[in-house]
Amino acid sequence: MAKRESTFINMVLTLLVVTFVAATVLGFVYDLTKDAIEEAKMKAQSEAIEKVLPEFDELGEAYKVASAAGDSLEIFPAFNGGQLVGVAVKTFTNKGFSGFISVMAGIDMSGNLFGYEVLEHAETPGLGSKMNYWFRNAEKPSQNVIGKNPQSYQFEVTKDGGDIDAITASTITSRAFLDALTKAFEAYNNTNEQLDN
Amino acid sequence: MNQWKNFSKGFIKENPVFVLLLGMCPTLGVTSSAINGLGMGLATTFVLLMSNIVVSLIKSQIPDKVRIPSFIVIIASFVTVVQLVMQAYMPSLFKSLGLFIPLIVVNCIVLGRAEAFASKNNLVTSAVDGLGIGLGFTFALVLLGGIRELLGSGKLFDITIYSENYVTLLFVLAPGAFIVLGYLIAIINRIKKD
Repeated sequence: MAKRESTFINMVLTLLVVTFVAATVLGFVYDLTKDAIEEAKMKAQSEAIEKVLPEFDELGEAYKVASAAGDSLEIFPAFNGGQLVGVAVKTFTNKGFSGFISVMAGIDMSGNLFGYEVLEHAETPGLGSKMNYWFRNAEKPSQNVIGKNPQSYQFEVTKDGGDIDAITASTITSRAFLDALTKAFEAYNNTNEQLDN
Repeated sequence: MNQWKNFSKGFIKENPVFVLLLGMCPTLGVTSSAINGLGMGLATTFVLLMSNIVVSLIKSQIPDKVRIPSFIVIIASFVTVVQLVMQAYMPSLFKSLGLFIPLIVVNCIVLGRAEAFASKNNLVTSAVDGLGIGLGFTFALVLLGGIRELLGSGKLFDITIYSENYVTLLFVLAPGAFIVLGYLIAIINRIKKD
């Protein structure tokens, strides 16, 4: 087959056909994977909620709450036999070493942190990425945040005058992580005030 | 042309990473672990194979002056397909590769093979070439990622080999990528000489 001449009409037609076919294929694939992507996201989220809260059998409807910093956070209340056992707060920060970090924080009925799970982050592997287990090491109370709350504990790294030991060589990540937790507690306290009123 | 030779050239003789030195950005960026390298390599292989096939099929229909934009649209479409499928069925791998998946579009290997090979050869030869180069790229990334993961975090494919207390953290950080890549290129050059 002879090669097509590079005339204006030929070029326009070629590009038109190529982009049209590409757009059609992409639209088709997008439609095909849309549900699966949504499902995968929901699954990751509900798995995280299960990990950060005491045992529950029913998850209430999620609601959004504005935190003091002006961002709205999603809160998932969890019930066991109709009794509220805690809430999971999906919190985040932009102060990470590589920007965005998203954390699911579980707060029990006494207002203490029950558990947390890092959902999304781009921190340095081997350093900042340690945050998913560093801050729940039960053998090292000075770096453990589980069972604590910002009222009785300073949720800042020791370098900044706080009560939590930062990850070795990852102070920025540690600061960001604690910032996300602080935000979660702010949102949690805001909802409580709203409920009281 | 001997198809086996055409296929196997991607591993040592014309390895895109060690010999052609193409696609350095994802090579250095994602290889902090072997599994990341494998995921990135296979994603690129798929894009290479598909774009080589399509380009060689329609090469006579594309006017010369608009061939590069056409190739880029074709490549970008396949990359987006990979991205969507990965996001849907391999969310954890998608999370760790993140930004580097869309960057396959500008990976010189893919456009380079489309321009230099697929637009001049028939369907079967182009497909074999795409597969060979793609798997050669995967091989290079897994080797690089494996060495860095082993030295930098004491693991291989997430299985702990030795204690974290003895690791050299440098190797999972950016400088480690350059150091390991440099040594690997030197070794491959030595092998090629014989």
